[in-house]
Amino acid sequence: MSVPPGGPPDSPPGSPPGSTPDPSSQPAPEQAPHRSVSSPDEPRRRLLRALVPRGSRGELLAGLLCAVLGFALVVQVRQTQEADLGSLRETDLVRILDDLGERNDRLESEQAELARTRDELRSGTSAREAARQAAQQQVDSLGILAGTAPAQGPGIRLTITDPGGALSASTLLDAVQELRDSGAETIQVDDVRVVASTSFTDTQDGVAADGTLLQSPYDFLVIGDPQTLDTAMRIPGGVESRVASAPGARFDVRQLDEVLVDALRVPETPQYARPAEPTATP
Amino acid sequence: MIAALGLVVGILVGLVLQPTVPPELQPYLPIAVVAALDAVFGGLRAVLDGIFDDRVFVVSFLSNVVVAALVVYLGDQLGVGAQLSTGVVVVLGIRIFSNAAAIRRHVFKA
Repeated sequence: MSVPPGGPPDSPPGSPPGSTPDPSSQPAPEQAPHRSVSSPDEPRRRLLRALVPRGSRGELLAGLLCAVLGFALVVQVRQTQEADLGSLRETDLVRILDDLGERNDRLESEQAELARTRDELRSGTSAREAARQAAQQQVDSLGILAGTAPAQGPGIRLTITDPGGALSASTLLDAVQELRDSGAETIQVDDVRVVASTSFTDTQDGVAADGTLLQSPYDFLVIGDPQTLDTAMRIPGGVESRVASAPGARFDVRQLDEVLVDALRVPETPQYARPAEPTATP
Repeated sequence: MIAALGLVVGILVGLVLQPTVPPELQPYLPIAVVAALDAVFGGLRAVLDGIFDDRVFVVSFLSNVVVAALVVYLGDQLGVGAQLSTGVVVVLGIRIFSNAAAIRRHVFKA
């Protein structure tokens, strides 16, 4: 490595203009003259020279200090890595405690708010659920009453055989009325669901219920108390005797534990009537 | 050479022994370490400048550490320990940087 004649002067080594002189570096006056003879690669030689141990007391002391530095460095790094509250200052601890207290308060209020919201939601849900169940119950019973829902339960099966067509609509209507009087809740004759508006009419071909022609034998499926219904049918002067008085007609009642009324009726939308406002009702 | 060896030995000893810092020393150790680092960088620069002297190094090392710890201790007593620690670290950091820049110029000629 040759030194060009106009090479950079190294007399101000490491002290660029404007840089603060380093008090901890060692500007020993007696060593200053070395600088004027140093060449650009002189520092490396100095470094190499410094690496050669001279065994002086000062050098050993410097080595010892460096050892202490390395030791302290490692200890401090380790300490920082596992830093816990114990290594903090009192003021820092107080600040952390304050922060924690504030945070705790915030979280507590948030928790209370969330609990309130949860309770509201829960009670709202249960109220809605109760309302829904009540509405469903009403829908079910109204459906059974209006004939829009199938129904099942104990009841009787009433069979009236009239091959000669001797029975008129009024006889069947009487039978239905008698059933209703004795507590029948749901009635189906053949495939017609009998509801409040069901009509029995005489036609040329026989009896029609709600416009549907009924064929003998007329098969009544009735849900109600079987015993009561049976008794009501056989009461003297009742349905049985009227059917029996007609020529060729036969009458049969069977009590059943389970009667399925599955004939349905399409509900008609009222043309004029509409639900009254609840407040308008006295 | 001995200094570098000492540094390595100290690090190894610290790794092996894994000591804990006594609580009363905990605020001062980091500052002392930074101050000692400053002294070491200054010494390295002095080596490259060709003006290194063992005695000066030892004295500057010890005085750096003691003064830094003293300043922090004083700050703690005055209630501005945290701020003063920051100030000391900033000053020492600036000195370390300027020393490192001088060393860099020596080693890399840039």
